[in-house]
Amino acid sequence: MTKLPPLFTSGNEAIAEGAIAAGASFYAGYPITPSSEIAETAARRLPETGGMYVQMEDELSSMAAIVGASVSGARAFTATSGPGFSLMQENLGMAVMGEIPCVVVNVQRSGPSTGMATKPAQGDVMQARWGTHGDHGIITLAPSSVQDCYDFTIRAFSLADRFRTPVILLADAAVAKLKENVRFRPPEPEEAAQRPLPDCPPEEYRPFAVDPEEKVITPLPPFGSDYIFRITGSMHDETGGQGASPANADRVIRHLAGKIEKNRDAIVRVRRFFLDDAEWAVIAFGCSARSARAAVREARRQGIPAGLLELTTLWPFPDDEVRDVLSRVRGAAVPELNLGQAAGEVRRLNDFGIPVRGISRVDGTLIPPGDILSAIKEARS
Amino acid sequence: MTARNYREYLAENRLPTIWCPGCGNGIVLKAVAGAFADLGLDRRKTAAVSGIGCWGWADDYLAVNAFHGTHGRALAFATGIKLANPELTVVVLMGDGDGATIGGNHLIHAARRNVDLTAVVVNNYNYGMTGGQYSGTTPRGSITSTSPLGHVEDPFDLCALAAAAGASFVARGSVCGGENLRDLIRRGLEHRGFSFVEAASVCPTHFGRKNGRRTPAEAFRWLRDHSVSRERAAGLSEEELRGKQILGFFADRQSEDYGTRYRKAAEHFRGEGESS
Repeated sequence: MTKLPPLFTSGNEAIAEGAIAAGASFYAGYPITPSSEIAETAARRLPETGGMYVQMEDELSSMAAIVGASVSGARAFTATSGPGFSLMQENLGMAVMGEIPCVVVNVQRSGPSTGMATKPAQGDVMQARWGTHGDHGIITLAPSSVQDCYDFTIRAFSLADRFRTPVILLADAAVAKLKENVRFRPPEPEEAAQRPLPDCPPEEYRPFAVDPEEKVITPLPPFGSDYIFRITGSMHDETGGQGASPANADRVIRHLAGKIEKNRDAIVRVRRFFLDDAEWAVIAFGCSARSARAAVREARRQGIPAGLLELTTLWPFPDDEVRDVLSRVRGAAVPELNLGQAAGEVRRLNDFGIPVRGISRVDGTLIPPGDILSAIKEARS
Repeated sequence: MTARNYREYLAENRLPTIWCPGCGNGIVLKAVAGAFADLGLDRRKTAAVSGIGCWGWADDYLAVNAFHGTHGRALAFATGIKLANPELTVVVLMGDGDGATIGGNHLIHAARRNVDLTAVVVNNYNYGMTGGQYSGTTPRGSITSTSPLGHVEDPFDLCALAAAAGASFVARGSVCGGENLRDLIRRGLEHRGFSFVEAASVCPTHFGRKNGRRTPAEAFRWLRDHSVSRERAAGLSEEELRGKQILGFFADRQSEDYGTRYRKAAEHFRGEGESS
């Protein structure tokens, strides 16, 4: 008997439950604080649903095992924190190059290196984007509540399958350890949909065929079907054979970036609070978006027209949405638990000459709403 | 399953191989295809997982599903491939640098974990693809491009390592005995659980040339003359065995594989399979 999941639970458990709701049937991982409850929940829940948990010898092999399971057709995921995420970069690149869907959860903690294992941070924004070597596109989602942890995990699997790409769920220790009421909704039909099989005869299937418009992503059948094919992390032609010619290499790299960039509309999501008439914008994500929401509410109470743009997709960065907000306000603040990784992206989009103030904190504690409110007030004066 | 011709398992349109003249890889490739043929494997239900290095190209020439992953991690990819689809026969093709040096940790844990995989490690005692540097199996005293003084480390005995780590089937053959190698790989594929087959091989281009075996013939002759069977080795002293490859079986026992154990435990956990 499957027990009914609790409705008051942590972000970590909600991530594991979201994965199972999405039909995930394979988890490989290596324990690490502050993400271990994801592994523990997966180890307990997956066998109930016919899935499988395997604890690997390190994060290199954990990432490799989920990539392998995905090639066999499973919705597969792993969870880790900064030190483990660093080790996963090698085979995250394999998933990018081999165009293999999978979901990687990084519950961010303070770094670099071992850092402070139990303290929240948001310092892996750029690592999520560029941690594995070479040019490529990547999808990264950032939850700010326990409900987000559940919902975004389901969405992550859906995006991964749709675009044949690894998707990173970039949580943080504060949100993952937080307990809140959460509704374990069933996934939407399109979120639960199995990966499509190719509709061509097996001998005509080309696993790395590319639509130049990036509207059609070539389906990936599982190993064991009628389609016999080759997946590779080396530069490849459409069949998966060697393809190191300059023209082919150029085509492949542009495709790996282009299939994400050209589908921003389907990927990028943001939340807007009180932005319609805002003169001062806060742009935030994850745990810092929670502080920002409280700050904006308090500002409104004090008669200050402030609003919040919450970035629930971090990569591809919500360029249009951020630029639109910047074009309509007198100043912006970007609170984050790092030294300005998202703020730098916001400044890149600031074609309007308005002040963009970073609010950085790297001491292992959260940004109090008062600090954000003070920044808004200072900007006004 | 009925026996077939090994050529059915070769992607002949991709031949000739990229390997140097005199390389041992072609012999092992034929042995792998031959073992597939002997078992009459369904190509759709067969997967070759390879690493990086000269032997890492082998999957390119096999007409089965193929996964060409990152350096040293082939066993970890294969673990996911096999566990998520137990119907597949999964062979893992690695070299000594790939499978036993950068991938050494994965090797010992794969042996211990006992997922139903067959590892075929071609040991040519050096990193051939990158120009002949020393690996974890390079014999002490050997000259390589990064041990110009003569190598000062001792090598792994891969079969002893795999057996000590818990692999339930471990055997070593040699490229000097192709049919025997085919037989060992077939037995590894038939074995339920993690099986490990080492093919002692040659690299005339790098390792041979720098160590007095300048031609492929000299390299093969040296390997043949420095190989002894386990039975014969039993009567030889440590001194007599120094620098020799011991061919034969190092483990051959039944041990339920990870997937079977896990699925049984899960059924028990769900309250299934307990009819009373």
